[in-house]
Amino acid sequence: MVAVAGETAPRRVTRRRVLWVLLVVAAVGAYLGFRTAGAADSDDAAAFRFFTGVRNWVDDNRDTSPLFLYGVNYLRLGVRLLVDAVQAGLYGLGFAGLVAAAGAVALVLAGWRTALVAVGGFLAFGFLGLWAESVDTLVLTVSAVLLAVLTGVPIGVLAARVNWVSATLRPVLDVMQIMPTFAYLAPMTLLFLIGEPAAVIATLIYAVPATIRITELGLREVSPTSVEAATALGSTGRQLLTKVRLPMARPTIVLAVNQTIMMALSMVVITALIDAPGLGQNIIRALERVNVGVAFDAGLAIVIMAVVLDRITTGAARRRPATRGRSRWVVAGGALVAVVVVALLPIGQDLPRLSFAGPVNDLTGWIELHWYDATEWIKNVVSAGLLDPLESVLTSTPWWLFVLLVAAFGTLVSGVRSAAVAALAAAGIAGLGLWQHAMQTLATVLVTIVLTMAVGIVLGVWSARHDWFAAGLRPVLDAAQTMPSFVYLLPAVALFGASRFTAIMAGFVYAFPPVVRLVDRGLRDVPATVVEAAVSAGSTPRQLLWKVQLPMARGGLLLAANQGIVLVLAMVVLGGLVGAGALGYDVVAGFSQREDFGQGLAAGFAIVLLGILLDRLTQGFHHAKGPR
Amino acid sequence: MMRLRTVASAALILTLAACGGATSDAGESTPSAGAKGTVNLAVNPWVGYESDAAVVTYLLEKKLGYTVEKKELKEEISWQGFETGEVDAILENWGHADLKKTYIEQKKVAVEAGSTGNTGIIGWYVPQWMVDQYPDITDYKNLNKYASLFKTSESKGKGQLLGGDPSYVTNDVALINNLKLDYTVVFSGSEAAIIKAAQQAGAQKKPLLFYFYEPQWLFAQEKFVRIKLPPYTAGCDADPKKVACDYPDYDLDKIVSKKFADANSTAYQLIKNFKWTNDDQNLVSDYLTNQGMSADQAAEKWVNEHEATWKPWIPAGS
Repeated sequence: MVAVAGETAPRRVTRRRVLWVLLVVAAVGAYLGFRTAGAADSDDAAAFRFFTGVRNWVDDNRDTSPLFLYGVNYLRLGVRLLVDAVQAGLYGLGFAGLVAAAGAVALVLAGWRTALVAVGGFLAFGFLGLWAESVDTLVLTVSAVLLAVLTGVPIGVLAARVNWVSATLRPVLDVMQIMPTFAYLAPMTLLFLIGEPAAVIATLIYAVPATIRITELGLREVSPTSVEAATALGSTGRQLLTKVRLPMARPTIVLAVNQTIMMALSMVVITALIDAPGLGQNIIRALERVNVGVAFDAGLAIVIMAVVLDRITTGAARRRPATRGRSRWVVAGGALVAVVVVALLPIGQDLPRLSFAGPVNDLTGWIELHWYDATEWIKNVVSAGLLDPLESVLTSTPWWLFVLLVAAFGTLVSGVRSAAVAALAAAGIAGLGLWQHAMQTLATVLVTIVLTMAVGIVLGVWSARHDWFAAGLRPVLDAAQTMPSFVYLLPAVALFGASRFTAIMAGFVYAFPPVVRLVDRGLRDVPATVVEAAVSAGSTPRQLLWKVQLPMARGGLLLAANQGIVLVLAMVVLGGLVGAGALGYDVVAGFSQREDFGQGLAAGFAIVLLGILLDRLTQGFHHAKGPR
Repeated sequence: MMRLRTVASAALILTLAACGGATSDAGESTPSAGAKGTVNLAVNPWVGYESDAAVVTYLLEKKLGYTVEKKELKEEISWQGFETGEVDAILENWGHADLKKTYIEQKKVAVEAGSTGNTGIIGWYVPQWMVDQYPDITDYKNLNKYASLFKTSESKGKGQLLGGDPSYVTNDVALINNLKLDYTVVFSGSEAAIIKAAQQAGAQKKPLLFYFYEPQWLFAQEKFVRIKLPPYTAGCDADPKKVACDYPDYDLDKIVSKKFADANSTAYQLIKNFKWTNDDQNLVSDYLTNQGMSADQAAEKWVNEHEATWKPWIPAGS
C-alpha cells in the first residue's frame, strides 16, 4: 500500500471500481442467459463407485496386504497399549486421588485459582453421578491429545523450517480438519476395530491439524533478531532449536495443546456411535429417549471438563518460564506427596446426586410449547426471504459459469493464485457429481456465516468496550463452544421443525463464540496510543469505532470470518440429522447404509472443497489487502 | 483383566513382529463363544432394540451366568463386527437384504437365528387430532385435498412428508411419484428429529404427515393414525422405482455370528429361542422411556412378571 501511495492511488482505485462494476454486470447477464433448471443429482456417479471400490478393497485385503499387516494393525496395537496405560493410571488413582491430582497439576502449571477450579470441576463429575463416564471420556481425550502432541509438534517444527513441507501439508490438513468424521467412521472400525482405538484415531485425525498449524505459526513468529543474535554467538542448528526457537515459541505451543484438547472434546459424542465409552454414550441414549435433561447433565460434564482443561493450559501458557525456580519444584513435590496421600485414603465416591435433568426438561418443555408460533414465523421469513432465493440462484447457475465467476471475482479480490485454487475446488465439486446438493449446502452455509458474523461482530465490539460485558459473556461463550450440539439439537427441532433453519441455528451457536473472541481481541489489540490520539483529536465514540478501531482490526476480523467458515462447515453434517438435507444428509446416509458409502465419502470431499473455496477467497483477501 | 490385556498385547507385538505382521483382530480379547464366558451383544440405537437387549442380557447374566458386553453401534457397524469377531449377536434386525447378502451369503460370517416374534410396521402417520378434524384424511386418495395443510418452509410449495433416519427402509419418494401425490419428502435424518416433530404436532395441533413405525415407545404417550395406502401384495415392491403399494409387515429377526452359532452354547440357544410380542416389547420400552428406569430395572420388572413367557427360552438342562 505504501508503494502505491501518492498520485497513482486514486486512479488505480477508480480502475478497480470500474472492473468490479463490469464484472457484476457480466455475471448477472451470463446468469440470466445461461441459467438452467438444474437436474437433480443422481445416486450413481463415477466418484461414488470409485470410493465404494476403495472401501471394498480395504475390506478384502486387511488381513493379507502388508500395508495392514505391518502398518495399520501395529498402529492399532500401539494405540490400544496407550489407551490401556492411561486408563490404568487414571482409574488407579481412584476418585479422591484423581480429584487431588487434577488440583495438583493445575496448581503447578497454572496457580492456585485454577487449582480450585480444577478440584471443583472434577468433584462436579461425582455430584452429577457421571464419574466413571467422565473418566472414560478423559482417558480418550488424554490419549488422543498425547498422540497429537507427540506427532503434531515435530511435524509443526519441520513445517516451520522447510517451506515445501508446509505447502504440501496445507491441503492435507484441510482435508483432515474439514472432512466430516461421519464420512469415514464406518470403515475405520474395520481397520481399528470397534471401540477405543478407532475412537482415538478418529479424534486424532480431527485434532492434530490444530497442533501442527499452531506450532508452525508459533515457530515462524519467533523474532528473527533473537535467532540472529544466537547465531552470531555461535549456536549450532540444534542449539538454536532447543535453546531459542522452542522456548520462545512455548506459549504458542501450549496454545496448540489447548486447541487440540478443545477439538478432541468435540469428538466425544460422535465416537460414541462406534462404542467409544464415556459421556457421549449418555448423550446418544438420552437422544433416543428424546430426554433433553439427561443429555444436558452429560453435556454439562463435558463443558466442565473443557473449562478445567482450558484454564489449566491457558494458565500454563501465561506463566513465564522464569518462575521455574527451585520453589516451583518444592510446590510440585508437595503436591505429588499430597496426591499420593489422598489416593491412599479410603475416600469413597458416595456423593449426593445433583441432576439438572428435571428443571431442564421443564424449561425446554415450556419454551417449546410457548415460543413455537414466534420461532415458526422467524423460520418462515428467513427461509422464504433469504434462503430460498439464494438457493435457487445458486442451484440454477450452470457449474461452468460458477467456476468462471469464482475465478474472475477471486482474481479481483485475492489474486490469481488463490482464485485458481478456488476455481479448481469448484470444478472438483462438479466432478464429484454432487453439484445441486453442494449448492444447496452452500446457500445454507452462507446464510449461517452472515448471521454468525453479524452477531459475532456486535457482541465482540461490545465486549471489547465494556469489561463487565466481556466477563459476563465468557462463560456463555465457553458453554456454547463446548456443549455438544446434540444436546440442543432437539429443542431446536421442536422450535424450528426439521428444516434448514434448524441447521443454521445449530451452526450459529457453534461458530459465534470464536468470532466474538477474535473480534474482541482484534479491537483490544489496537494500540492505546492510536486510540488516545483519535480521542484527543475530537473523535466521537462512534467515529472512533468506525474510522479507527474497526479498520485497524481488519486482520482480526478476517481471521474471525475465516474461523467462522471452518466451524460452520463442521456443522453441515449435523444439519443432515435435523432435516437440512443436501450434503449433510448424504454423509449421514453413507455412514448408515453400506451401499451409500461412496456417495457419503464423495459428499465429505465436496464439503472439504467448499471449505477450500471459501477459505481461499477470504484468506486471499486477507493477504492481498495489505498488512495484518 | 485390563492389565492382563495390556501385557498380552505387548507380548503379541513382540511375537508377531517375529513371525510376520499382525492381523486385524490381533491383541483384542476375542469372545469365548464356547463355554460360559462373554457374550457380545450389539445394541442398535433405538429403544425397542434396547428393550430386547435389556431382557436378553438380564436372562443371560442372572439365569445362565454369562457376562454380557453391550456394544452401542449403528446397524451396519454391528454387521461388520461379525467379521472382526467383536459382535456375537444382533437382536432386532429390520430386513437389510443387502447386509444379509454380504455377510451371510458372500462372507459367510453370520447366520440367521429366527424371528423375534415382533412385527415391524412401517407407514405414514398423522396425529390423532387431524383424524378427528378431517375424518377422510386416512385414505391416501384424499391426501392431495389436504396437501396445503402440510406445506412448510422446506417443502417447495407442496405438502411435506417427513422422512426418517437414512438407515431405515423407505420407498417414500417412489410412492409419492407413483401415486401422483402433491407432496415432497423432507428427510429429517434421524429418529429423534421425527419423534420431536411428532410430539410438537400433537402438542401444538400442527399438521404433520410423517414416516413412522411400530413397535415404538412414543405410541404409549400419544396417538398417531396410519394412512391407508394401496394394500401390499407379494412382489408389488420388487422394483424400487415402481412401488405403488404399502409397506409389508416386517418379521423382525435375530442374526448371530457363525462362530457363535457353531459353538452352540446355551447363550446361543437362549438367543435363538427368544421370541415375544409387540406388547411385551412396548411394555419394556415404556419402562425405559416414560418411567425412566435403567435397563436392568426394566428387565427385572418384566422378567418377574412374565415368567411364562421367558421360561421356554431357557435351554433344557441349564
